[in-house]
Amino acid sequence: MTTYDVYVAGGAVLFALGTYGLLERSHLVHKVIAANFMGSGIFLVLIGLANRTPTPEPDPVPQAMVLTGIVVTVAMTALGLAIVKRYFSETGRTTLDADEKPGERR
Amino acid sequence: MPERPRIRLVPLAASLAVFALVLRAVHALPDTATGLSAEMTAGAKASGIKNVVTAVLLDFRGYDTLLEIAVLMLATIAVLSLRTDPDALSRRISGVAGPVLGALTRAYVPIMIVVAGHLVWIGSSGPGGAFQGGAVLGAAGILLALSGFARPRWSSGAPMRWVLAVGLLTFIAVALLPLALGGTLLQYPDESRKSLVLLVEILLTLSIGASLTSLFLASASDTSEGERR
Repeated sequence: MTTYDVYVAGGAVLFALGTYGLLERSHLVHKVIAANFMGSGIFLVLIGLANRTPTPEPDPVPQAMVLTGIVVTVAMTALGLAIVKRYFSETGRTTLDADEKPGERR
Repeated sequence: MPERPRIRLVPLAASLAVFALVLRAVHALPDTATGLSAEMTAGAKASGIKNVVTAVLLDFRGYDTLLEIAVLMLATIAVLSLRTDPDALSRRISGVAGPVLGALTRAYVPIMIVVAGHLVWIGSSGPGGAFQGGAVLGAAGILLALSGFARPRWSSGAPMRWVLAVGLLTFIAVALLPLALGGTLLQYPDESRKSLVLLVEILLTLSIGASLTSLFLASASDTSEGERR
């Protein structure tokens, strides 16, 4: 068990938790948060894998990819929340369930 | 009686399946990775950009970064167009900061601007760069808007839109320039490599800061919205 194993296993756990949340939660904000979990999991996996090189310095390419990914995740989160907010102001619902009454707690 | 937490089978199965898939994918990799450290370090030395991650982001894999900025700009445009009420924030904070918030903002914002500039400049040789600088600049913009110093009206004005666009437009111009000189896309000429990367970085910092501020401000709503429903 090396340090990189811990990062990769932790990343896989986060990714799985995010998948569960994305499918199980019906509240749209929860879904956005779950998608963020999945992204963070993949970042951890990539950061862990960057450490596998024989040289003491980690591989810079996965690190740069994670940095790119973080910015894309920020963009995704902002757009997701804006869509959820607009959806709420149009319909008064917080889930995609057509039977939900406006103002109902979920 | 509180509802018992229930675990649904289909999401659980899907979650376990992706967990196994990630572990399986990682274990299918060869035991010893060669990595690209050596090539990247050598290439970074030749280009004059000492921080390898910055060299990867803006030079060796500039295409990724170009598309990433495009994604950020698209998201900003989409969020700005999804607003229901562009003036919600200005009404809500009414432009008056309390004495403590006002004093803190006056002290912090200049420091944050200097820190952002430092992060961009240091990015060529150490940890830092356009995204880190842009994040600090974005935080400064949010602080200014929330404490009522800069009226959020500028967040949707034409000058702000130019600041938003300048990073991506410059990056595209710099990427296309080598085509006119007989090279390939994003193939910077060797003698001006470092200055071109620095120019793109500085303008990207401004655009990223503006974009993060706009993303935040665009999502403001009237406090009364929740009570109305």
